[in-house]
Amino acid sequence: MVTSYNGEVLRVNLTERIINTEPLDMEKAVKYIGGRGLGTRMLLDEGCATVEPLSPENKLIYITGPMTGTAVPTGGRYMVVTKSPLTGMIACSNSGGVWGAMLKYAGWDAIVVEGKADAPVYLEINDHEVTLHDASDLWGKKSLETESILKERHTGYSVLNIGPAGENQALLAAIMNDGDRAAGRSGVGAVMGSKNLKAIVVKASKTQIDPHDADALRTAAVDCIKKLRANGVTGEGLPTFGTAVLVNIINNIGAMPTKNWQESYYPEADSFSGETMKDTSLVKNHACHRCPIGCGRVVKLQDGNVVGGPEYEPLWAYGANCGNSDLDSINKANEVCNEMGLDAISTPCTIAAAMELYEKGLITDEDCHGVPLKWGSKEAIVTWTEWMGLGSNPLAKLMADGSYRLCEHYGVPELSMSVKKQEIPAYDARAIQGIGITYATSNRGGCHVRGYMISPEVLGLPEQLDRETVEGKAQWAKIFQDLTSVIDSMGMCLFSSFALGAPEYAALLNAGTGTNYDVNGLLEVGDRIYNLERMFNKAAGMKPEDDRLPKRIAEDEIVNGPSKGMSSKIKLTLPQYYEARGWKDAFPTEETLKRLGLEDLI
Amino acid sequence: MIEVRLFATFREGREKIIFVDYMPGMTGYDIIEPLGIKEEEIAIFLINGRHSKAGAVLNDGSVLALFPPVGGG
Repeated sequence: MVTSYNGEVLRVNLTERIINTEPLDMEKAVKYIGGRGLGTRMLLDEGCATVEPLSPENKLIYITGPMTGTAVPTGGRYMVVTKSPLTGMIACSNSGGVWGAMLKYAGWDAIVVEGKADAPVYLEINDHEVTLHDASDLWGKKSLETESILKERHTGYSVLNIGPAGENQALLAAIMNDGDRAAGRSGVGAVMGSKNLKAIVVKASKTQIDPHDADALRTAAVDCIKKLRANGVTGEGLPTFGTAVLVNIINNIGAMPTKNWQESYYPEADSFSGETMKDTSLVKNHACHRCPIGCGRVVKLQDGNVVGGPEYEPLWAYGANCGNSDLDSINKANEVCNEMGLDAISTPCTIAAAMELYEKGLITDEDCHGVPLKWGSKEAIVTWTEWMGLGSNPLAKLMADGSYRLCEHYGVPELSMSVKKQEIPAYDARAIQGIGITYATSNRGGCHVRGYMISPEVLGLPEQLDRETVEGKAQWAKIFQDLTSVIDSMGMCLFSSFALGAPEYAALLNAGTGTNYDVNGLLEVGDRIYNLERMFNKAAGMKPEDDRLPKRIAEDEIVNGPSKGMSSKIKLTLPQYYEARGWKDAFPTEETLKRLGLEDLI
Repeated sequence: MIEVRLFATFREGREKIIFVDYMPGMTGYDIIEPLGIKEEEIAIFLINGRHSKAGAVLNDGSVLALFPPVGGG
C-alpha cells in the first residue's frame, strides 16, 4: 500500500461551476512522485501542451508532494503547474508558507482548476466541503489586503491569492500565499487571473499525514533535522543572513550582473548585502511550515512599516542590476511586488532592461510619465513596480509582460537577459560555467533553481569545482537537475539540499510512501521528470534554438571586476550536456524515452 | 598592501575591511592567525576573486575575501 498521499484530487470547473472529487492515479504517483513531476504528467495528459495559456482550455494544477504535511523538515511545499503564458512552455512554480500543508491536511493531494468563471470567484475548502464564492468585492484589491479580508471572513484558514497583476493577466504575475510567500515565476498568476479566480482559502481539521512506515520516517526525519542543524549553511548561514548573504560572495567573485548585465561587479554591493540588512533593517526571521532553517526575512522600512524582506535575487535585481545601492528602496520595491502579486525576479530584471532602453534613448521621457527610468533611481524602481502591477500606462503594461516583449517592441530583443522569454537570475554565467548550462536548458526558461550549480561551483557544496572550467560540468548539471526534480516533486524545499543528498531523500521517500529506491533509482525518477517536461515543451512548440543564452552572455566578455575577460563556453558544454542526457537536437531520443519509461510519448 | 575583506559572522568583533602591510613570501596564514580566524572556519577563501586556500602565497595588492559557511538563493 502506498501512503503519504491522500489519494484524492479536487477538480473545479469554473465555467460550469461544478466541483468533483477524483481518485489520485497511484500508478502515476509512484512513477512521478508528486508535485512537479506528477503535476506535469497530469497537465500533459489533460491535453494542455497545445492550448492557449490564457484561454479557458488551459488548466491550473495546485499540487502537493508526498512529503508535504509530514514530519519531514521543509515538507510544506506545493507546486503550481500550468502552461506558461510567459514562455509558452511548462510552468512549474513552487511556494512555502503553510497553504500547501493545509491543503494536504484538508484531504487533497491536488486541485485541478479548469474553464473560466463568468465573474470573479474564490474557492473555499474546508476539508471536503468545497464552495465557490463571489469575489467581486475583492477584485482590484492588493494581495495582502485580500488576505486580511479573507482571514477575517474565514477564521483559521490559509489564503492563496492573486494581486492586481494577476487580475490584469500580466505575464509576470505571481500567485501569493500566507503573506509574502510566492509561486513567483513563469506567469502562473496571469493564468489564475484569466480564470477569474481571485483566491483559494483552505482549512483542515486534520494535522498530520499517515506515512507508510511511521517509525522509519521519524528516524529519517530526525537524521535530516540533525544534518540541517549541523550544516554551516542551513544551520547558521541561512538563518542568520538569509539568502541575502550571497550578495557579497557573488560580487567578490565578479559574477554580479550590473546594469542589465553590462557589467559584472558592483562596488557598492555591500550596501544591500545580508550583513547590512541584518545591521540595519532586519526585524526577525520567518520560517515556512516544518522548516528548521528559517531563511525568510522580516524587515522594517524607513517609513516604519514592517514587511516581508527580499531574497538575494530581488536584492541583486533591484540593486546592482538597476545600478541602485539603496537597501530601503529595494525592501520597499520588493514589498510592492508582494502587494501587486508580481515575480520579484523578472519584474526588477525588466525594469533594468527598461533602464538600458532609456539610456540608449529608445524609451523617452515622454514614455516615463514623470518618473524617468534612470540607473539608480530609487523612485523609479518602486513606482514602476507599482505601475507594472496596476497596468497604469502603456509602457508599464508592456513591461508587465517581461523584458523580452519589451525589448522586442523596441527592436532590440537581444537586450532582454532571458532564456525562453523568462528573465535569468543573479549569477553571471560567463564567470560560472555550469550555471550557464542549467540556464540554457531549464525547461521553464531562465532560472537558477532547476540545477543550482552555484552550490558546487561557488559555495563548494558538496565539493568545490573550478567555476571557470568546463570539464565534467555537463554531467554535474544533469545530476543537479535530476535531483532537484525529485526534491520539487517530494514537496520539500530545495534549500534542504545544502545539507542533504540523494541517500537522505531516498530514505525519506521510501519510509513515507513504501517505495524502495536506491540513489540511482531515485535519480532516474528525476531524469524521467526532466525528460517529461522537455516532451511537454516539444509538444508546446519548443525549438532547439530555444536552449539559448542571450547574446550578451553567449558572445561578449565580462568587462570589469575580478572576472574581467571571462566568457561563456556554452557552445562547448551544450553538446556535452545533450550527450549526457541522451538527447539529440535538444530533445530525448526514442531510446532515452524508452529507458525512462516514457515510451508513450514517442 | 593586502586588503582583507571579512563577511558574515567574521565581522563580529572585527572590522569589515582590514589593510595589512605586505611582506614577500607571506601567505594567508599570516593574515588569518592575527585575526583569530581558524582555517577550518573558512568556507570560501578568495584571492582576487578566485577560490584559494589559506596556504597560498600572497602578492602585494592581493585582495582577500573570507566567508564562513553561508548559503544560496
